[in-house]
Amino acid sequence: MKNLKYFTNGLIKENPTFVLVLGTCPTLAVTTSGINGLGMGAATTFVLLFSNMFIAMLKNFIPDKVRIAAFIVVIATFVTIVDMVMKAYVPDLYKTLGIFIPLIVVNCIILGRAEAFAQKNKVVPAILDGLGMGLGFTMAITLLSLVRELLGNGSLFEIKLLSENAQTILIFILPPGAFITYGYMIAIMNRVKAKYNI
Amino acid sequence: MEFISIIILALFVNNVVLAQFLGICPFLGVSGKVSTSIGMGAAVIFVMALANLVTYLIYNFVLVPLGIEFMQTISFIFVIASLVQVVEIILKKAVPSLYQALGIYLPLITTNCAVLGIALLAIQKQYSMVLSVVYAAAIGAGFTLAMILMAGIREQMEVTGYPKAMKGFPMSLLIAGLLSLAFMGFSGLVK
Repeated sequence: MKNLKYFTNGLIKENPTFVLVLGTCPTLAVTTSGINGLGMGAATTFVLLFSNMFIAMLKNFIPDKVRIAAFIVVIATFVTIVDMVMKAYVPDLYKTLGIFIPLIVVNCIILGRAEAFAQKNKVVPAILDGLGMGLGFTMAITLLSLVRELLGNGSLFEIKLLSENAQTILIFILPPGAFITYGYMIAIMNRVKAKYNI
Repeated sequence: MEFISIIILALFVNNVVLAQFLGICPFLGVSGKVSTSIGMGAAVIFVMALANLVTYLIYNFVLVPLGIEFMQTISFIFVIASLVQVVEIILKKAVPSLYQALGIYLPLITTNCAVLGIALLAIQKQYSMVLSVVYAAAIGAGFTLAMILMAGIREQMEVTGYPKAMKGFPMSLLIAGLLSLAFMGFSGLVK
């Protein structure tokens, strides 16, 4: 039962995107279509899961003074793996996400979870926490992508819902739309949380 | 001519924060006051230019000859993190007045994804060494410009009333959205 709590923590209560507001750069940059959001979320979840797992396993061997550097090496290793795998198997997605794949290294969610959770807990809770946080992030950025894609392009997961001639609100898939959509989504979350006392 | 167009592109058209979404965390976190924005901006320009110089040298004289270009993410993040430390130590000893002004912002820069991002982009674009440093300095200046504009607006917003749910991040993001919209007017400035 307690383990379940580690998992659900990242989904809603401490959602990294809407509540903690961490990892904002990929959240804003890649959310132009549902597929991109999902791809970025999956890549981040993979890195988060394995870095949490390895840091929890290695926590007794890492000297306290150089822990940040050691965490970065672990994270960067998994990012490099993701980078090479995506380049080989999903070249189109890799091209669209571009520089934001190597930049998973500096995504503050991952280092934040290593520092705040994985280094203080056993392996199983760390895995569950990584998975929960990763899925929370994936859910949030996919939702954000879908809103932007629907308003800006009239489609969901690249399936056209409107006719070819329909006017869409193009601004939502351009940079300003990212800021505005994300801002309103956090505001809605705040309102809902205040109303229902979550 | 190439230099001028790269500087204008980096400052206005492809502004690092408002168009490329790099370095959003410090942009939202530190932009509460105009004075802190200027300090942070100066530190970013300095570290970015230095980081691009060092990563250029490492990529072309270590990684390429050894054929291990895939190590660039790991090696760059390490170089940047240690560079920030070294800069901090040197400034503290050599130019204490500058250290006083930039001191508290320097450690924050390690987590600034713009520094790593720009280093990777400059390699991707295959800029020469001088061009790479100029590019980094211009990008840093663009970051500073966006931060100062943002801080000016946020100082005004503090005395304005708006719904409670919009307090904090949502309002900052909306302001950033409007700034980004304004900066889109610069597109097409350079061919």
